[in-house]
Amino acid sequence: MEFFQNLGASTRSSFTKLGRGSYFLVHLLAGISSVLVRPRLLLKQLHSVGVLSFLIISISGLFVGMVLGLQGFYILSRFGAEETLGVMVAASLVRELGPVVTALLFAGRAGSALTAEIGLMKATEQLSGMEMMAIDPIKRIISPRFLAGFLSMPLLAALFSCVGIIGGQLVGTGLLGVDDGAYWSQMQANLDFQGDIINGVIKSIVFGFVTSWIALFEGYDSIPTAEGVSRATTRTVVNSAFSILGLDFILTALMFGDN
Amino acid sequence: MDNHVPTQDSIVTVHNLTFSRGEKKIFDDISLEFERGKVTAIMGPSGTGKTTLLKLIGGQLFPDHGSIMVSGRNIHHLKHDDLYALRKRMGMLFQSGALLTDMSVFENVAYPLREHTQLPESMIRTLVLMKLEAVGLRGARNLMPNELSGGMARRVALARAIALDPMMILYDEPFTGQDPISMGALVHLIKALNTTLGLTSIIVSHDVHETAAIADYIYVLSEGKVIGQGTPKDIFDSPSLWVQQFMNGAADGPVHFHYPAKNYMEDLLHSEKPIFSRQRPPNDRTTKRKRYS
Repeated sequence: MEFFQNLGASTRSSFTKLGRGSYFLVHLLAGISSVLVRPRLLLKQLHSVGVLSFLIISISGLFVGMVLGLQGFYILSRFGAEETLGVMVAASLVRELGPVVTALLFAGRAGSALTAEIGLMKATEQLSGMEMMAIDPIKRIISPRFLAGFLSMPLLAALFSCVGIIGGQLVGTGLLGVDDGAYWSQMQANLDFQGDIINGVIKSIVFGFVTSWIALFEGYDSIPTAEGVSRATTRTVVNSAFSILGLDFILTALMFGDN
Repeated sequence: MDNHVPTQDSIVTVHNLTFSRGEKKIFDDISLEFERGKVTAIMGPSGTGKTTLLKLIGGQLFPDHGSIMVSGRNIHHLKHDDLYALRKRMGMLFQSGALLTDMSVFENVAYPLREHTQLPESMIRTLVLMKLEAVGLRGARNLMPNELSGGMARRVALARAIALDPMMILYDEPFTGQDPISMGALVHLIKALNTTLGLTSIIVSHDVHETAAIADYIYVLSEGKVIGQGTPKDIFDSPSLWVQQFMNGAADGPVHFHYPAKNYMEDLLHSEKPIFSRQRPPNDRTTKRKRYS
């Protein structure tokens, strides 16, 4: 009996949370128009969410590209197809690893920081204080951060893919002796702008939206104590990872189904 | 308490307010009046929902029953824009100060002015310096909130609260955790602001003597009810044992020192569980739910 009670309670609480989250999202999206009037709020957040993530994204991208170059070369050389290494590296990065790994890193680096920041602002009554000053904290605090995350993600994913392709080239042509011209020309000939690049960008836009939403909502909805904020930060990373990987599967199935 | 006489000139009227949090009734059908231009204090032990009352007056929480009229309008029936317009005329001093931590003292005080007015920068500067001068912190304008002591932070928050020249200020425990000098400064400041700016002040506090020194009228709350009201003198002379215990800070009296528990002897001899057991009680569903959410 108690099992069913608990099941009911947890189902209900997750649905109410989903409801609160959706309400929050609507409110947040409505606040975006007021961010556009004050670009300085957005610039500041673009710096802390986007620019400060540059380093981790480019270093990770470089290593992922290098590993792809190595692994790809071992397999492709078995079939005598080393020349197509460029296609393999670029396609895996642009289609999958770029958007997905960037989103995961973004959730860990920027998402957790956003949740902790909003949670602490709540705990120190700053959000409540703004409300009492007749300043809507969603418009001034949440929406600029959301927009910054949403805009940064595709750019960071693009950066990740570019650096990764260079990493693959370094290993492939520099160390393993793949022909440099073949690396680039095969990539140019076989990568489709619409099918590969645009679809990758669409993925990263979706991930940017979801990750920023989760991070900000968890912060805003956190229990305003040290423990509550720490749990909310954990939930941000866990829930973002689940949503990113789950959505990636769905999007891939929809986008690349015909091939 | 039904013996209160509603006055014509009250800025906030709380009428038959009931508010509960979960199972616990925080306010049980209370009615309060806050007169314009006066300092009204709400006193009571911790956990009687004094801060909750301020949040209800500010429209941040909704009552279960009853109404709160602020300046003649029911604050919980206002539309979002009207509510925000009304809040511009209220200042609230939070216990923690609630300063925005990424801005300097100057910017914190300037913040409501920048948000709500189109004043030129020179005018904002003049206004901010005037407000900071009023709280004695003009020289601290370039400090960041983390460089301020608790008392200074609260004074900056006070300067911010009066930045838009509100009609009333809600003070949430303004004296808690202050050293005697800051406390004296704040007591003086609250009274001075009230008279010079013609404000209405609502103070929520359990610092009996400081509050009684500046309040014109006091309500004493306990367990969701108003158990005493009147001028500070009335309250100190109150026949109620409860009020006497609170005002004089006696450890035991109508309010017991001990949280309700079963017989002490019995409790010691029959421990039903090892003390350091990490198990939850079997029916504690709330904690369980929290864990998985």
